[in-house]
Amino acid sequence: MPALAAMSTEAHTLVIVLAAGVIGFIVHLVRSRQLRAKYSVLWFSIGFALAVLAVFPGLLERVSDLLGIGYPPATFMLLAMSFLLILVLHFSWELSRLEDRTRALAEEHALLRQQLEERLGGDL
Amino acid sequence: MTGPPATGRTLVIIPAYNEEESLPAVLKELAEQTPEHDVLVVSDGSTDCTTDVAREAGVFVAVLPFNLGIGGALRTGFAFAQRHGYERAVQFDADGQHDPLAVGLLLDRLDAGADMVIGSRFAEGGAVTYGVSRMRRRAMQFLQWLVYVLVRQRFTDTSSGFRAFSRPALDYFAATYPVEYMDSVEALVLACNTGFRVEEVAVNMRGRSGGAPSTRWIKLVYYYVRLIVVLVASATSRGQRARRTVDRGGAG
Repeated sequence: MPALAAMSTEAHTLVIVLAAGVIGFIVHLVRSRQLRAKYSVLWFSIGFALAVLAVFPGLLERVSDLLGIGYPPATFMLLAMSFLLILVLHFSWELSRLEDRTRALAEEHALLRQQLEERLGGDL
Repeated sequence: MTGPPATGRTLVIIPAYNEEESLPAVLKELAEQTPEHDVLVVSDGSTDCTTDVAREAGVFVAVLPFNLGIGGALRTGFAFAQRHGYERAVQFDADGQHDPLAVGLLLDRLDAGADMVIGSRFAEGGAVTYGVSRMRRRAMQFLQWLVYVLVRQRFTDTSSGFRAFSRPALDYFAATYPVEYMDSVEALVLACNTGFRVEEVAVNMRGRSGGAPSTRWIKLVYYYVRLIVVLVASATSRGQRARRTVDRGGAG
C-alpha cells in the first residue's frame, strides 16, 4: 500500500496527537460554555472524523478509490474545502441575521429612551 | 402622556449624523415655516453635539446608540410615527439642502392619493442651485435607467432624500425600509414593486450648508456594484413577496 498507509510511525503518532489535541480543545470550549451547543455538535463530528482518519489512514485511500480520485490527499483537501466553504457561508448568513437583530435593538432602544426622557422631562 | 397628541398630523423625520453645524438653522426654518408639523430628529450615533442642539430646539429627539446609516435612522422615525399615530411622515435632510416650504408640495400629492412622493431636483419646474459634477450626473443617469428597467416608471431623481410617506407606506417601511447604502433608490424600487403609488414633484434644492458629501469615488464605484446586486434582488424577490402580503387598505 502506497502513500498514507506507508506513513512512518512518527508521523502517524503526530497526526493522532494533533487530532486528540483538537478534540480536547473542543471539549474544553464546550465545558466552559464558550461554544454554543449547535456548534459543539458540528465540531465534535469534525474532530471525530479527523481522529478516525488519523488512526486509519488507509480509509482515505479507499474513499479516494471510490470517488475515482488518484491522489488521496486531494480527497482530503476537497472535503476540507467544501466543508469550510459551507461553514463560512453559514457564518455570513448568521452575521447578517445578527446585524439585523442588533439594528432592531438599537432602534427600539432609541425609541424607548425617547419615551423615558419625555416622561422624566430631561435627558438621560 | 409620553408622546405627542398627533392624530391626523405629519411628522418630519430628520436623520442626523454629526450635523451640529447645519441642524440649528434647519430646525429654526422648519419651526418658522411649517409650525403645524412635528419634528423628530434621529441622532444616528452622532459623536458631536447634534443631540443637544436638537433638544435645545424643542423637537422630539431619538438617539441611536451607534451609527446605523440613514436607513436605520428612518426606520426608527417610521416606528415613532407609527406608535404615536401620525398619518404621514416626511423625510428631511439635516444638511439644509431641502426647503421647508416644499414640504407642502409633497403633502399635497399624498392628499391626492399618492403613497410616496419624491421631491426631485430634476423634474420639470425644479431648479438646482448648486453644481452637480459630470461624474455624479452620469451616475444619476445610470440609476434613472436602472430604476426604469426594474419598475417601468420614470423618475428623474432616484436618490433624493426628500420624500413624503402615506400611512400605509409608513407602516410598510417601518419594518422593511432598506438599510444598505443607497437606501433611497432601493426603497423606491421596493415601493413601486409592492404596488404603492409613487410620484415625483419638482422642488428646489440648495447647496449643503454644513458637512461634506461623504463618499470618495472608488467607494462610490463599489457601492454602485453593490447597489445593482441589491436592486436586482429586491426587484425580483422581496418586492414580489411583499406585493402579495402588503395591505393597501385606506391608501387613497
